[in-house]
Order: sequence, then C-alpha cells, then structure tokens
Amino acid sequence: MAEPRKIIRSKDLSFWQKIYIPEIFKGLRITLSHIFKKKSTYMYPDERFKPPASFRGRPVLVEENGEERCVACGLCSRVCPALAIEVQASETELEKERYPVKFEINMVRCIFCGFCEEVCPEEAIVMSQNYELVFNSQEEAVFGKDKLLTPTTRLHDRLEFLRQYR
Amino acid sequence: MAKITVDGQQYEVDPKLTVIQAAAQQGIEIPHFCWHPKLSVAGNCRMCLVEIEKMPKLAIACATQVADGMVVKTKSEKVINAREAVMEFLLINHPLDCPICDEAGECKLQDYSYKYSVGYSRFEHDKVHKPKRIELGPRVMLDVERCIMCSRCVRFSDEIAKQPVLTFTQRGDHVVLTTFPDTQLDNPYSMNVIELCPVGALTSRDFRFKSRVWEMSSTESVCNGCARGCNTNIWVRNNEVLRLTPRFNDDVNSYWMCDEGRLNTFKFVNSEKRLSGPFVKKNGALTRVGWDEAIAEAVSQLKTFKKSEMAGIGSAYATNEDNYVFQRLMKETIGTKNVDVVPHVKEGDEDDILIRADKTPNMLGATEVGVKPADGGLSLKGILQGIADGGIKALYVLEDDIASIPEIAAVLPNLQLLIVHSSVQNKTTEMADVVFSCSTYAEKHGTLTNFQGRVQRIRPAVSTIEQDRALDGFSMSRWDKFASRNDRWGRPNKRDARPSWRIASAVASALGAKTRYNTAEDVFQEMATRIPAYKGLSYLKVGSRGAMIQHSSKTVSSRPTVSV
Repeated sequence: MAEPRKIIRSKDLSFWQKIYIPEIFKGLRITLSHIFKKKSTYMYPDERFKPPASFRGRPVLVEENGEERCVACGLCSRVCPALAIEVQASETELEKERYPVKFEINMVRCIFCGFCEEVCPEEAIVMSQNYELVFNSQEEAVFGKDKLLTPTTRLHDRLEFLRQYR
Repeated sequence: MAKITVDGQQYEVDPKLTVIQAAAQQGIEIPHFCWHPKLSVAGNCRMCLVEIEKMPKLAIACATQVADGMVVKTKSEKVINAREAVMEFLLINHPLDCPICDEAGECKLQDYSYKYSVGYSRFEHDKVHKPKRIELGPRVMLDVERCIMCSRCVRFSDEIAKQPVLTFTQRGDHVVLTTFPDTQLDNPYSMNVIELCPVGALTSRDFRFKSRVWEMSSTESVCNGCARGCNTNIWVRNNEVLRLTPRFNDDVNSYWMCDEGRLNTFKFVNSEKRLSGPFVKKNGALTRVGWDEAIAEAVSQLKTFKKSEMAGIGSAYATNEDNYVFQRLMKETIGTKNVDVVPHVKEGDEDDILIRADKTPNMLGATEVGVKPADGGLSLKGILQGIADGGIKALYVLEDDIASIPEIAAVLPNLQLLIVHSSVQNKTTEMADVVFSCSTYAEKHGTLTNFQGRVQRIRPAVSTIEQDRALDGFSMSRWDKFASRNDRWGRPNKRDARPSWRIASAVASALGAKTRYNTAEDVFQEMATRIPAYKGLSYLKVGSRGAMIQHSSKTVSSRPTVSV
C-alpha cells in the first residue's frame, strides 16, 4: 500500500507579513544600505584583483639571471597528485649540471595544491598570483617553458612569503 | 654445520661462510656498502658492524667467519649506534645533490639514510670539494664528491674485468678515485661498475639525465647481443626503451653484462627505421598495405611455385616460438624441405667472461625446434646455390638481414619472390616483395635458448598498437597507470607490428593449415609435446631463471655454468 502523501505546511505568517508591503520595504532598506558600503566587486577587466602573497595561482618556473633555477630533478612531477607536470632533463655546461630541456604543466590537470612548490629543493617552481587561465583546446592548456618562466622580480611577493617558512 | 644464533634465532649454517653470507641465506639483511657477493672482501665501509658475544669489540660481518655457538646481534643498541655513526661520517662530505644525481631512487646511501641514520647532521662546516664530471672512460662518468670509497669498482676491474686501472689516491677525506696515468676505464665490462657503485659516483654516460628511475617500468628480459643470453631488465618510459641493466642469474651471467649488449641491443626498438606496418611491392615500389592484404598477397604468390622451388631461412634472432611456427609453415604447410638458418659468428670476438663469438641469442634454439634442412632438403649453402642456379625461385626469410652479407646479397636479385619478416627497414626489406613488420624482442612473449641449452623467457616491455599495457599484463610505471588520452605522454608512439609466430601462423592458415595459436604459450606447449628436447617444459618451469633443454646438438659447450 502506498504511503499517504505528506502535507508540508508553509510557515504561519503574521498579519503584517501577509499584507506583504512592509516586508518589501524591509528588503529595500537592506539593498539601499549597501550603496553606502565599500564595494566588493571589481570592474573586471579594467580593474583587477591583486591576490595576497599566500594566494595559490598558477605554478610558474622561477627565472634568475636569465636562467631557470630548475635542475629537472622531477620531484614536482613525482609529487603532483594530478600528474600535471612532465619534465625532461638534459645536461648543461652551467655549474648545476642539469636543466629541464622540456618542462610542461598541463593546466587542465593542475589542481593548484602547491605540492610542487613545497617539494622543490631549489625554490624553482612557485605558485604565482596569476589566476587568469584561458585556453580553447587541450593542447593549448599544456604550458611549456615559454609560458612558465617568470623572472624573480615579478615573483617578489611570493618569494618573500615563502621565506617565512624556510 | 655450525650452529649460530642471530638476533635470538638459531640457525644451522655452513661453517665456511662469513656472518653476512650466513645471515643473507637466512633472509636477514645486514646493511653493507663495500661487500658484494661476487667480489673479494674489503671490509672498509664499516657499515656491517655487528655485535658478537665474547668478542671485545663490534666486528664487521663481511669478514668474520661463522663459528659453532656464535651469538650475533644485528639490532642491539650498540650496533644501531655504530651504524648511525658510520652513516654520519659518510654523509659529512657527501654532497646533497640527490636532485641532480642519476642514482637517486636506487641509491644505497639514500635508502640507508632513511633506514639507519638519524636524519640530521651535526656537521656545520663546508664540505670537501672534489672533481666532478670526470670522464672515467668512454662509457662511465665519475663524480668524486659522491664517492664513499667502498672500492667495489676497483675490485671489479681487478678481479672480474681483469683490467686493473682504478685506484684511490690521497688520504683521509681527500681520497680521490682515479685511473692510473694514461689509462681509462674502457674494458668491455666497464659499465657494470655503475650498478656496483652504491652511490651516484659512477654513472652511465649513455643514460645520463635521461630519466628518473621511478618514472620507468622494468621488465625481465634476455639480452639478444650474443649466444650467452644475459638476463636483463628493460627500462621503459613512455613506450620507449631507455636502458638495459643486468639481472642476477648465477647460471648464466651472474650480476654482469657486457657494455656492447647493454648499449647496442635495444636502440633499434626505438629506431626511426622501424617499419610502419606490412608492405607489398607494387610496380617496383614497396607500398604500405593492411595485414590481410599482405598475407593474401604472400599466399597467392607462394601458390604459384613448386615445393622444390621454395626455401625458408629461419632466424637465430627470433624466438623459439617464431622459429617453430615458421618451420611448421615451411615444412608442413608449404611442404618444402629446404629450411636453414644463417649463422652470425664473429670469430675471435669472445672472451672467458661472458662474450660469445656467436652474435645471435638463439642459434641453438632455432636448430633445436626444427629450423634445419629436412631429410633430402638443401642447407643454407645449397639454398644459395639453388638461388644462383635458378632452382630456388621463392625465399621466405624470418627476422634476419641476410642481404647485409655480401655473398647472399649477390644472389638475392635472382629470386622471383622474397618474403621477409623484419622490424626495421634494412637491405633485405628493400629487395623484398612482401614485408611483414614484426615485433622486436622487447614487444613479445617468447623463449630464447642460449649456447648452454638454457631456455629463457622474454616478455613484452614496449607495446605495439594491438597491445595494451594494462590489459596485457605489462609492467607499468606510474605514468602508464594514470595516463589518459588527453595527456601527451598517454599517446605513446606505438608501432604496427606483430610477433613473427602470429604472422607465420596466419600465412599457414591462409594456405589451409588447421592449427591456430592464440598465444606464444600455446606454441610453447605444442613444442613441449612435439620436440623431445623441450619435453616437460612450460613457461612456468622456465620462470625467470630459465630451464635446461635435453639437447642433442654438439654445438653446446660442456661447461654448465660460468665462473664469474
């Protein structure tokens, strides 16, 4: 036998609530009060949000003196829970011996967890303040060294922030 | 037998053994750097210190012989403290460059740091700096800073490779591993020091920085460089073979393999000259066709010849299964008696250690499974003579670049039909009328029989387009496990190739043969019932160490094992 249908009663409204008009004014008052408060929206893209240093934006490679700090150890690649990072090492004449001939982050796979930054022994990959990620295809979402390399001057905030935890 | 007690457990062991050997036999690992089962005892790393009752001080397990009633403690507080002290000393001057070190991931010092070390250093001063990036020989790179002076490489060069060129100079923390003046580490076995080295001091110049070890999968296989058939591991990343390493098998190659086998037997698998699929000659030019078309073309052409006008050449490079199905196709389905195999022997290029003059991995296997002339059939010499005379008009060749031999290349143009199985483009495929692209030894299951008569398994490490790493039970790296179609590393370069036994079986079926095989193991099972030498064998019995056949051939050396 089918269960008898449950009747859900709406809340009992008072007389003033039932006539509705005072409630409309109550709502309008809240709306109007926000006109005089500080705005929490931005006129994007003319105006842009600048995240704090603790923000985890897209991971980038740190470029120092025209060279990446990265030694292609592959720890970021290993620790990445989403398998977004692919590194191919090669030999360089520089003192560090080894550098990434290919360094690719698949931004579709990336989950912005920041593990790569945490595991990096060279502070060569950091989470930037950049949150604008647009691509039209899977292929475009794979960022190579050309898109990832960022000079230290542009990463000042984050590098300072990380210094506290060293 | 001597009764000894290790960590409170009593064992009966051979009194000739040292403590470390006796413990290893019982499955107890005593940490060690300089000791190696196949090298002399040096006793210089001090890592294997153990406490032995009634001895005044801790003793090194590698140089202490067991005695009846001996009581050994490997986990007492004294021992643990001593190990930690040894590790602390070793790490004082060891550079912290694991991120750029190729050994990372398979480094004994790294592993022991986790297991037997305290995890921090009390040393505050600058580490000693020593030469880095030294080319110790044509194939081995040295980083002296990383060296922990275990002397394994020195002893290997002296005792096994018989090329005593390595030594230590200087003293104390300034000790430097080097070669004697005007010498270099260039013996044919030099690369074994890379695996021997417990740290990253000695690394491969060929494999340098190519991949981290944890990114690759490893598959048990057998080297195809010579008739020894050294046991190997194939290391693959992204469907590409990156290196070979020796795998222990005391009956064949011990812990070693030669540099030639290690470097030059896998590169053709990744080669750009790999065939993209089957080809058929149309209007004088080889044209890429589908498998069915190639098989139909081969069959229709074969049917136009008389049995005595045809001949088959098996391959000492192909597996037993390939050769077996091939000889059944030639002798039973096609019905010719002219079947033989081309030997590839480099006279003089051999030694007492591993290298054999016969440069094929399966000569004995090929002949044992029946790739030899039937009664009244022509041998290789007769077949070549027949081609020259015009008596033999059609030739079917299995995985062998026979046209690279000038005498054979000279007669091949006389043929009216040449069918070839090959994995790469070569001189023979250029002359062929039908080319079947076949899997390499790294892409198929099968067995090879070495010169001793030991049948050994090979397994697929690289997948062809028909195979799937997960579904076909390949060993998988982390990348293989989690790749999706959207990942570039999830779309590896797979070749359109099939194992030769499958191709030969398909040709036989098209010619009306009844037998069909689904797997290489099916073929082997049939071999085990039909060929006396293989009687009672199975893939299970062959296992990872191989099994001996009851061979009849005289080419087999009487020496059962190698003394290396």
